Amino acid sequence: MTPALDIENLSVHFAHQHGAIAAVREASLTVRPAECVGIVGESGSGKTQTFMAVMGLLSAGARAAGSVRFEGREILGLRASELNRVRGSKLTMIFQDPMTSLTPHLKIGIQLAEVLVSHSRMSWREAETAALRALERVRVPEARRRLRQYPHELSGGMRQRVMIAMSLLCEPKLLIADEPTTALDVTVQAEIMDILRVMRQESRMAIVLISHDLGLVAGLADRIVVMYGGRVVESAGAADILERAVHPYTAELLKCVPDLRRPRLERMPSLAGQAPSASSAEVGCAFAPRCPLAGERCLSERPLLRHIGGAAHQAACHYPL
Amino acid sequence: MVRYFIKRLAGAVPTLLIIVTAAFFLIRAAPGGPFDQEQTLPAEIVANLQAAYGLDLPIWAQYGRYLRALAHGDFGPSFKYRDFTVTELIGQGFPVTLRIGAIALILALGLGLPLGTYAALHHHAAADHAAMSLAVVGIAVPSFVVLPFLGLVFGIYLHWLPVAGWEPGSIRHLVLPVIALCLPPLSIIARMTRGSMLEVLRSQYIRTAFAKGLPLRIVILRHALRPALLPVAGYLAPAVASIMTGSLVVESIAGLPGIGRYLVQGALNRDYTLVMGMVIIYSALLIAMGLVVDMLYAWLDPRIRFGR
Amino acid sequence: MSTVYRLRTNTGAVFALSIIVLLIAVALAGPWFNPNNIESLDWAHVAAYPSLTGAHWFGTDRLGRDLYARTLEGMRVSLAVACVASAISLSVGIAYGAVAGYAGGRWDHLMMRFIEVLSGLPLIFFVIFLTVIFGRSQYLLFLAIGAIGWLTMARIVRGQTLSIRQREFIEAAVASGASTGRIILKHVVPNLLGPVIVYATLTIPQIILFESFLSFLGLGIQEPHASLGTLIAEGAGEMEAAPWMLLVPGGVLATLLVCLNIVGDGLRDAIVGRESAAT
Repeated sequence: MTPALDIENLSVHFAHQHGAIAAVREASLTVRPAECVGIVGESGSGKTQTFMAVMGLLSAGARAAGSVRFEGREILGLRASELNRVRGSKLTMIFQDPMTSLTPHLKIGIQLAEVLVSHSRMSWREAETAALRALERVRVPEARRRLRQYPHELSGGMRQRVMIAMSLLCEPKLLIADEPTTALDVTVQAEIMDILRVMRQESRMAIVLISHDLGLVAGLADRIVVMYGGRVVESAGAADILERAVHPYTAELLKCVPDLRRPRLERMPSLAGQAPSASSAEVGCAFAPRCPLAGERCLSERPLLRHIGGAAHQAACHYPL
Repeated sequence: MVRYFIKRLAGAVPTLLIIVTAAFFLIRAAPGGPFDQEQTLPAEIVANLQAAYGLDLPIWAQYGRYLRALAHGDFGPSFKYRDFTVTELIGQGFPVTLRIGAIALILALGLGLPLGTYAALHHHAAADHAAMSLAVVGIAVPSFVVLPFLGLVFGIYLHWLPVAGWEPGSIRHLVLPVIALCLPPLSIIARMTRGSMLEVLRSQYIRTAFAKGLPLRIVILRHALRPALLPVAGYLAPAVASIMTGSLVVESIAGLPGIGRYLVQGALNRDYTLVMGMVIIYSALLIAMGLVVDMLYAWLDPRIRFGR
Repeated sequence: MSTVYRLRTNTGAVFALSIIVLLIAVALAGPWFNPNNIESLDWAHVAAYPSLTGAHWFGTDRLGRDLYARTLEGMRVSLAVACVASAISLSVGIAYGAVAGYAGGRWDHLMMRFIEVLSGLPLIFFVIFLTVIFGRSQYLLFLAIGAIGWLTMARIVRGQTLSIRQREFIEAAVASGASTGRIILKHVVPNLLGPVIVYATLTIPQIILFESFLSFLGLGIQEPHASLGTLIAEGAGEMEAAPWMLLVPGGVLATLLVCLNIVGDGLRDAIVGRESAAT
């Protein structure tokens, strides 16, 4: 069965006056059809850049190496005109801040309809009708009126629904959601996650959910991939990660998730130290400076990703839990 | 939109009135009269001339007469070209100046925008550097150096185009003047477009547009162009001012019978009414451009229309 | 100071700057290398071709005057006018802006409105207008040209003064009993240096341009003096017969302006770079 997305040894470098910055280092992960994979990590972990590379949206001056296969076809390094055959139709992405992600001077209806007009041979009128249905699908009230409005006339939550509708128009096989709720209020967050859940059930599409919030991801993902310092450090089924996390970093992340069921704590747990900067050279394990379990070996030898405790469970650690 | 326009129009009229009034009183306050440059005339003749031109009336009466005449489109007689009224001279010259000015502006926009966009899309490539270097030259070198130089190369050495002169309806005579006129604003527009396009292309919504799989052409034309045009819209009024200033020199060198040349002649001959008439026309043009620009801004950015 | 570093590594700007320095040096020292002076009429060589081996390196004009000497004189005149006018417009602009910014409130508002009204009108028409009224006096010329730069300068200075005025060290100075004048001189002015330099680099070429423009039209520098503008006007008239009369002063003016623009751009990039790096 061809995976929806197969990333193999992806590395992303940015050229800089003082040398190259490695945002992503040899990351590999797979997304099966209709599967939801959560990607978790701090800012700077490389989680966003990985998928920018997948979508061909890296900024100028960035170089990607490795292999990215979408439904079996290699898409890394494709020319824009080639990539656009799947990009936006079968392989879509929604972004973190709906406020700035929509074009301010175009009406919502146009921004939706143009996807269909570009990718299928629909006329503008047919596309607008489809856009209306898409808005209703994501439960935008007064959808017909919204089509004629400009982005600044909608609330944040509604804008994000529009973004989701936009990404579903051509029935994608994979939707990448990069921190879709981070910029929204908590109540709105729940609504958006709900919509994603419903959409997934209705259409059998795979989802990649990128977030720094492990708790959020756990609510939707089948599998979770943890990234740190540009590398994948742990990858397992969602339940396994939550109950049998093997990498010390994941364990720390779990401790940080606020849980209303647990007794009240004096202080919220947090991770000491800072994420490694992408320009620093890698010596040993990137997490070692902050790891409570770090040993001599961790500082000099970089741990490789290997299977631990189960075929589906992988981690990169010398002293897994 | 319409209400906004009327509001702006109402603001423009007083400005024009102030200019006309200031011009009028400044002229009357000047030392010497319009006839001083002639050989000294006997006093009675001077008195007759003054009466004929209404210069013996009290100043408020003259002002009133002038305003009334203006309302009828009458700018008074030219003091130097005795057979013509200023209105007639304006009528003859304005179409010429308008034609070359408008063509120059259209060229500046029509060539500058694509050039700037192209440079932005090929940021850091050879084409970008070349275009921007040319732009610096276009901005720095004044039209009164460019036009004779063009005339030298294309007129005298290559014999392709006439160096100067004018025939009604002739296009060949307009080519070099229009080129010299449009080069500075073209260069500025190209530079500006490149800069603002680069900015816009870094926006999140452009990233969304690419993520939607839209072809580059559509991303630029539908999503990037309008916001990138905002600074250029702000430059339109100065562009017109620059073209108007340039037309003074270009018409004088190329011998085109436009109002620019009349203005210069009027200045050299101390022809009051002519100069005043020209200044009023130019000011009105500028104010009108300001209005157009404001309307353009409102169209380009819907947020302005809704009132901030 | 990283500003200087940034400027030094900008090869285009450095090259342009050296050309400017060269031109100025030639303008000032040139006469020593050539015996001809601007007024001597050489009837034997009327409208002669330029020849580096002959008596007239850049040729002569219709009256037999040596073009090399005249061009250098033209450069000196243009540069002199530019310096004087720049000084005028800088001082007026800085003074106006500093006062407006420091005074604040109604005064500031009034003074800025005045500037707004003036900015709307292209200066050339105003100057032509004044020439018609007052005739072609040299003082008028300096005044008009000085009037070019001060508007923008005043705006910038006022903006900077406003923001500086609210900073703590001003309050400290006032609290310690320093007089207003002292405050302005010792605290406000040094902070203005950056933006002032930036806009000076913008106004100087504008001023040279404006003066050449007026002289070209015949409204500027009058006979027997010549600025580059007047020389170009003469040259344009003689284009067919004696093209060097146009090419030499035209080329000099074009080069000067292009180089000034490049240096200005480079200076602005260098200074703005420092400011954005600091924030």
